[in-house]
Amino acid sequence: VTDQAFLFLANGSSCRLDAIPVHAMVDFIAAVTDSLAAGMRLSSWFAADPRGDGRLELFALLADDARNGLLVARSPVEGGSFPSISARFPQAQAFEREMAEEFGLVPEGHPWMKPLRYHPSWTGRDAWGRSPGAPIAPAVGDFYRVEGAEVHEVAVGPVHAGVIEPGHFRFQCHGEKVYHLEIALGFQHRGVERRLEGGPSRACLRIAETAAGDSTIAHGGAYCRVAEALSGGRSAVRADAIRGIALELERIANHVGDLGAIAGDTGYLPTSSFCGRIRGDVLNMTALLCGSRFGRGLLEPGGVAFDLDEARAAELSRRLGVAAREIGEAVDLMWESSSVMARLEDTGLLPPGTAAELGIVGVAARASGLARDVRYNQPYGIYRFSQIPVSTCDSCDVFARAFVRKLEIDRSMAFIEERLGNLPGGGLSSRLGAPVPSSFALALEEGWRGEVCHAAITGPDGRFARYKIVDPSFHNWPALAWALRGEEISDFPLCNKSFNLSYCGHDL
Amino acid sequence: MLDSILARMRQGYRTTPFPKGPGPKLPDRFRGAPLIASPGGTGCPAGCRACADACPTGAIAIGAVRANGGASRHEGSESLDAVGRDARNKEAGISFDLGKCLFCGDCERACPNSIISHSVDYRLSACSREGLVTAGGPPLLATPMSRKLLSVLGRSLKLREVSAGGCNACEADANVLSTIGWDMGRFGIQFVASPRHADGLLVTGPVTPNMELALEKTWKAIPEPKIAIAVGACAISGGLYCRDAAAGPDGKALKGAGAVIPIDLYVPGCPPHPLTTLDGLLRILGRIRER
Repeated sequence: VTDQAFLFLANGSSCRLDAIPVHAMVDFIAAVTDSLAAGMRLSSWFAADPRGDGRLELFALLADDARNGLLVARSPVEGGSFPSISARFPQAQAFEREMAEEFGLVPEGHPWMKPLRYHPSWTGRDAWGRSPGAPIAPAVGDFYRVEGAEVHEVAVGPVHAGVIEPGHFRFQCHGEKVYHLEIALGFQHRGVERRLEGGPSRACLRIAETAAGDSTIAHGGAYCRVAEALSGGRSAVRADAIRGIALELERIANHVGDLGAIAGDTGYLPTSSFCGRIRGDVLNMTALLCGSRFGRGLLEPGGVAFDLDEARAAELSRRLGVAAREIGEAVDLMWESSSVMARLEDTGLLPPGTAAELGIVGVAARASGLARDVRYNQPYGIYRFSQIPVSTCDSCDVFARAFVRKLEIDRSMAFIEERLGNLPGGGLSSRLGAPVPSSFALALEEGWRGEVCHAAITGPDGRFARYKIVDPSFHNWPALAWALRGEEISDFPLCNKSFNLSYCGHDL
Repeated sequence: MLDSILARMRQGYRTTPFPKGPGPKLPDRFRGAPLIASPGGTGCPAGCRACADACPTGAIAIGAVRANGGASRHEGSESLDAVGRDARNKEAGISFDLGKCLFCGDCERACPNSIISHSVDYRLSACSREGLVTAGGPPLLATPMSRKLLSVLGRSLKLREVSAGGCNACEADANVLSTIGWDMGRFGIQFVASPRHADGLLVTGPVTPNMELALEKTWKAIPEPKIAIAVGACAISGGLYCRDAAAGPDGKALKGAGAVIPIDLYVPGCPPHPLTTLDGLLRILGRIRER
């Protein structure tokens, strides 16, 4: 069934829009649910107006990790609603609320139909029947409640205590114990996707770089590869290697920072202080490459804007060596401290079955034993030729999420070292033609948090009619809520750091 | 315990001697204050707008000076009537609004005559919005707060940070100032958890509709006297998110923090380098005075 119902696409490829199979809604939903039941997962699930004539379609993008490709199908929406699959497949719940909010489409039978980002609909049609122009206040509305004697609710945010992004958290507690946590986001909603419509352009690249600013290379890279696929071009081989190095540097910097933050939240300051500084050293390695600590300006469709010359490669290698030694020392201190380990072990459990059901990606999935890694499952760019082992751990707790990070730091370092000694020759960037009209393209990257998925549809004029971004945090926020069930509320910061999810990446 | 003491000895003392000594060495590709090789636009081909057209945020204005040399207006800019009053810009052919600039280098790459480049000058902070407009080189650098403010905040400046649509790059590089490499606590500057404990607000992000009220409330919760600092192109001008109002949430252009609260210090960048931010903070505290 699956093979006929879907078009099979490789990561970073494109097709004519009319090559994507179209089904009646009932068959479409059946094909999607059959595939999910067979173990595939939703990389993206979104609505679009591909021709700009108001005839909306649903698009499903399923990751077929076993066959290293993606399945795509679509269906026209009749009558402003479609059958929800969220009750059976919770991984769809945020996608369906997103469609409701953006296009006013009602997912019939959605178990928890509330706004996701709290913004007016794009089409003027409102899924909740609110009157047009009525103010929409963020995080106002129903929240799941636990009732009973001595049960209390703790509300936190949008403005938190630290230097972090805004979000609203509601804890249902009995004493110190958390029975349920509900997270309301949307405070960071800037309108990223709609600002990309009408592209591709230079400004679009810069916007993509800020989709989640700590994942500049992952989101910027996905954007570049979508633009390349749509124009039928490809990136320069040397650029692929440099992109890979930059993506792994981004991963190392953030993982080091996270390990420090996890140590900090257990009150263990040596690792926290050392890692806080070393993270900066790694960001400076990215700046050595392109002038920006976050990799801004490095990427461009077709390749990269900066070369990694021999002297720079040697300097990078030297700095990596120093960082490797210092990170090893800083993190070992934490592993060897029994009071830290006591806090990390068995805290914030996310069982593998739950992780799979929620559609969790990235570090969080791998720390729950799932071997999900775009670099391995959906190889692209340099990762087609040079594999990085998938780092997993099966203890499913805060320790596992910390341990997977350390493994990944080591493996990313080894990868970069190897690449630095084997940089392919040739140009830095290849020229791209105009994007092909009425086409579809997709690109997945393994950002440091997990799978970053970009998909674009061009209209008859060759401009983006729809640009869909899925940040790994979009999949993973429910994992944090789940992991906190049954925990002490005082363990929230620690659990939160172990996922370290993006607010702006979710809110877009 | 012994291991952690030994590790501490091996890792060593790592706080930058800045501002008494040199700051950390910036990479050669660092893009700081923009430079123009031929002031007044004399080296530009007639009618060339390559840099302005390449700029993703409309930060570059060309030939925006009126013949009488009086007040001029940026083309396509909404808010900068005062721009041309800055004497340094009167003869400029090309001017940069560092409050919009992402320092992405797109202008440099687009320039056919290599007239535009970026220096490694990290000093970019200004106290006025107009002061951020430069015809090349640093802006009108920030000056110390009033004596009265300095007597209250000069040796202890507690800041509450609010991210209002920031992408977490500005947030991350503001946060880094508290790490041992920068240790801004040695100047009495510290991020605090509550606005009630704060002397000022540090804002990042273009201010989304959903954060406007929270930003306003946080500002109001800070006791007087207080200051506000806008960090990054988004917070200063809306950056990438001020264009194309129709695409914004609520159909609004996001215009940065200045549209909601009064700003005392602007720190340009996307994101600003920590050295740029620290330099700006130390300038308003009167700890760096050289121009």
